[in-house]
Amino acid sequence: MSLLEWRDVSVDYAGPDGPVPAVRGVTLSVERGEVLGIAGESGCGKSTLAATVLRLLPDSARVGGEILLDGADVLTMSWGKLRAARWSDAAIVFQGALHSLNPVQSIGKQLAEPIRLHKTAADPDARVRELLEQVGLPASRASAYPHELSGGQRQRVMIAMALACGPDLVIADEPTTALDVMVQAQVLDLLTGLVRDLGMGMVLISHDLGVLGTTCDRIAVMYAGRIVEIGPGLEVFDDPQHPYTRALAGAFPRVGDPAARYAPVGLPGDPPYPGDLPGGCDFHPRCPVVMDACATASVSLVDAGVGRVAACLRVSS
Amino acid sequence: MRVSVASLRVFGCHRDGRVVVIGARDLRVVFGGRVRAVDGVDLEVDAGEIVALVGESGCGKTTLARTLLGLERPSSGEVLFEDKPLDYRRLKAYRRQVQLVLQDPLGALNPRHTVYDAVAEGLRIHRVPGDEQALVADALSRAGLRPPERFFLRYPHELSGGQRQRVVIAGALVLEPRVLIADEPVSSLDASVRGEILGLLLRLRDELGLTVLVVTHDLGLAWNIADRVAVMYLGRIVEIGPTAEVLQSPQHPYTQALLSVVPDVGHTEQIVLTGEPPDPARIPSGCRFHPRCPVVLPECTSVSLPILGVGGGHRAACVRVE
Repeated sequence: MSLLEWRDVSVDYAGPDGPVPAVRGVTLSVERGEVLGIAGESGCGKSTLAATVLRLLPDSARVGGEILLDGADVLTMSWGKLRAARWSDAAIVFQGALHSLNPVQSIGKQLAEPIRLHKTAADPDARVRELLEQVGLPASRASAYPHELSGGQRQRVMIAMALACGPDLVIADEPTTALDVMVQAQVLDLLTGLVRDLGMGMVLISHDLGVLGTTCDRIAVMYAGRIVEIGPGLEVFDDPQHPYTRALAGAFPRVGDPAARYAPVGLPGDPPYPGDLPGGCDFHPRCPVVMDACATASVSLVDAGVGRVAACLRVSS
Repeated sequence: MRVSVASLRVFGCHRDGRVVVIGARDLRVVFGGRVRAVDGVDLEVDAGEIVALVGESGCGKTTLARTLLGLERPSSGEVLFEDKPLDYRRLKAYRRQVQLVLQDPLGALNPRHTVYDAVAEGLRIHRVPGDEQALVADALSRAGLRPPERFFLRYPHELSGGQRQRVVIAGALVLEPRVLIADEPVSSLDASVRGEILGLLLRLRDELGLTVLVVTHDLGLAWNIADRVAVMYLGRIVEIGPTAEVLQSPQHPYTQALLSVVPDVGHTEQIVLTGEPPDPARIPSGCRFHPRCPVVLPECTSVSLPILGVGGGHRAACVRVE
């Protein structure tokens, strides 16, 4: 049994002119000890998909399909069970560590809160010290307030908070986006080390395919609410099959790649508004290698190598 | 004017005939008497050159940029503009020549101003004569917002992140500056938009002969567009040179560490420095990098490294480099 399984999950937000599909038929799973990356632009549905796991979406969002967390369907779970599952079965590291921490409470107190509520440790203060050390902060920092910490330290506190109740699954939404390269490397090392040492599963969300490629066992690329490519992390970054993945990979050039010198790669145009999707392949209006058939054909994920799938007509042909 | 600036760039490669558009000489900026944010920087940026100033948060790169813009006063040393020390009595005229492009386009734009007003504001402040509407339209289309009239009455929240950053750039371009100083111009943008904005900066340099100083922690950005890279650590430039040389054969252990952690496949060993950059209020003696240096030598704790001077070539402030 997978640790987490999304089965044909869809999410519709209420729009002024009817439902707006943000996630459309996503099937994906995460195993214990695995880091799964989800890549895509703003608005592609990646954060919405992550929020379905703990039912964190607003009431106006309609969620379809099945979301199995350790075999139990989150969508039909009672409120009490769901509350218990939050933090202790699965926890989220939100983006923007500065805004997610309470500025007038010491970080020790904030870390202890979920531990007290879920009664997962007899001595919450001892657990807080242990957590801080686990994320590479001195235990004495428990009395510090968020503004006394640097961006990287605050992000470590957010990670410690996610670990507070010993979850089996951690979802990290853009955990390194606002951080420097060096601090980013430290935080990614920390996260992958925790997965390795604690045997958790992790979902890492980012628009930086380079970050995902070097940290994730597998990457799923999303476009307009759908998955357009899945494969092993290094391969998806190194040898993308879908033209959209290729554009994302090209956006973060390799230092030393002569083709990228004075030639930054962008992707013209904007992703489609979810309420007004183009016909055929969702990506065809922006695709650099579009064919006539792409405007009308319905595309689905097809085999694209060992352990790889991609939703592109050029892959199937 | 535009043609002459552009052609200067061509001659700019001959180091003798070059024109230094913006620079710093032994520049120091001290806050509160002890925080040495910029601690001795010599820098010269030629006409039409794109220079990337890279380093971690807190290394002083943003303070250096702000001082070059005239937003901070140096504690000692000078800001140079067109080979002359900056005259602080003529700051307003200077700021027309040297424009800032901010990191977060949503924060940089007034949510209640239309695109037209946002771009025209500079013209009004500087009382630029001429047809305002034509100038705004011209700046918008140079920034890639075409047809410009379609954007005049839009508000920032109606635009995508990339379009907002183009509006910010148009607001700078409308004053026909010689220099753009861009502080993390793409760090808040989506991967797909990033290349578009970087391509725009390159095109502006080629078409208008603009000089661009990009402040960033993103080495991929430097590889994409910069002619030269200056690496800053604790208030000083520790390595500078042509982009290909600095990024492909880095000499300073700090640059080597920075490059090793750039997400990339097929990397050799990562050198993850522990800790955050040390405190500019307590700059270590000797080489300022020695407490974090993975290849530190006994003399590094006491040796006094000179400020890297200006001039061509690839240089690094490290005792291991002769």
